[in-house]
Amino acid sequence: MSKDQKEVMGWKMPELASRLALDLEDGWFVNLGIGLPTLVADYIPEGREIILHSENGLLGLGPKPEAGEEDPDLVNAGKEPITLKPGGSYFSQSESFALIRGGHLDAAVLGAFQVSMHGDLASWKLPNATLGRVGGAMDLTVGSKRVFLFMQHCTNKGEAKIVEECSFPLTATRCVDRIYTNLAVIDVTEGGLVVKELAPGVKFEEVQERTAAPLQRSEALLVK
Amino acid sequence: MINKKFESTAQAVADMKDGATLLVGGFGGSGLPSHLVAALTEQGAKDLTVVSNNIGAVSDGVAALISNNQVRRIICSFPVGPHAEDLIERLQSGTIELEIAPQGTLAERIRAGGAGIPAFYTPTAVNTELGEGKEMREFNGRSHLLEHAITGDYAFIKAHRADRWGNLVYRKTQRNFNPVMATAAQITIAEVSEIVEVGEIEPEVIVTPSIYVDRLIQVEAQHEGRVLVNE
Repeated sequence: MSKDQKEVMGWKMPELASRLALDLEDGWFVNLGIGLPTLVADYIPEGREIILHSENGLLGLGPKPEAGEEDPDLVNAGKEPITLKPGGSYFSQSESFALIRGGHLDAAVLGAFQVSMHGDLASWKLPNATLGRVGGAMDLTVGSKRVFLFMQHCTNKGEAKIVEECSFPLTATRCVDRIYTNLAVIDVTEGGLVVKELAPGVKFEEVQERTAAPLQRSEALLVK
Repeated sequence: MINKKFESTAQAVADMKDGATLLVGGFGGSGLPSHLVAALTEQGAKDLTVVSNNIGAVSDGVAALISNNQVRRIICSFPVGPHAEDLIERLQSGTIELEIAPQGTLAERIRAGGAGIPAFYTPTAVNTELGEGKEMREFNGRSHLLEHAITGDYAFIKAHRADRWGNLVYRKTQRNFNPVMATAAQITIAEVSEIVEVGEIEPEVIVTPSIYVDRLIQVEAQHEGRVLVNE
């Protein structure tokens, strides 16, 4: 983003979490990645039963415990204290990743450093970092039926995160289905990136200016 | 009569040799056999290869063995956390080798090791830095990488309750890597909160059958007031 570009706000992260949650269907099994994506858990629409998976070995992730009720034997993939919903279950790491790799999860919602117009994802290691932190990201991206990204449209410095080709170390290639950012909801299709929806008050051109890959308008946007 | 119970953690780890491969269960502090790790820092075996998911999330896990200069090689998925400084320093000085494995590949390599499968193909890590140099083969139109099994000389695992034979049950997400690591070592040592008589654990709920467990050590339950959060 060049200096003459004014700041475009779009959705705040809780609003984006709420927007993303609308696309999770009743009965789905969903993994929410460490960090920002965990926000989505608080915005599951009423009346929908969505079963959340945590890759350290549980299905049926519930809300955060009350202060003083934390149990060190009950944590999520970010090692934060959680609760288990009725109907939840515990299992080992090999089982947890068998269900991931085996294609049983309906969706994974993950963070990203970079995503390419072809759906390649870079999310585990910054260039020149001594250490990467892969965890379950590579298994989730190859195994989940759908991969949704939940992210800020640009870096803190205003650099584009949606690019033609990733320059950071890859997590997986051709794996991302949809990108949810503070500015827009963007589908990754065979024909390239298609803006499906714009955040309130955000113009298509403003999204394109902040994206280092060509964007197309969806039919719904063209009608508008 | 079978009795796998040891009187002290020191006795349970006394025969560990330099150069051994050690599997350590746990996910951060959850399900971490921290008393066995502490005993090993006292026992002092060196040049260890350690296989464990998280390095540096908590101070009383593998980070303690690294700080005590007992580790030569690490295989893990998440070498980042508030207690990773000593690892970074030793990587830079070249005294430790690090192999990062995707978490699911790590779990499956250990499962394969315990199940007598020497290697397997997985779609995870294809076209990434972690897949470089690995044999690739196509199945059903999709690329897969050949990954090799992991076995250990020893496994340190944590469980909630054991019986005298070594049948184990776990508590909540404490389970994580513990059951799979129990299957993949020559000598599996389980740190448990309670040891009961044979027959007292319902057969239907046993997660780790006794055949995988060689030694038991009872320690005080930790699930009171000790929440370990990474970063």
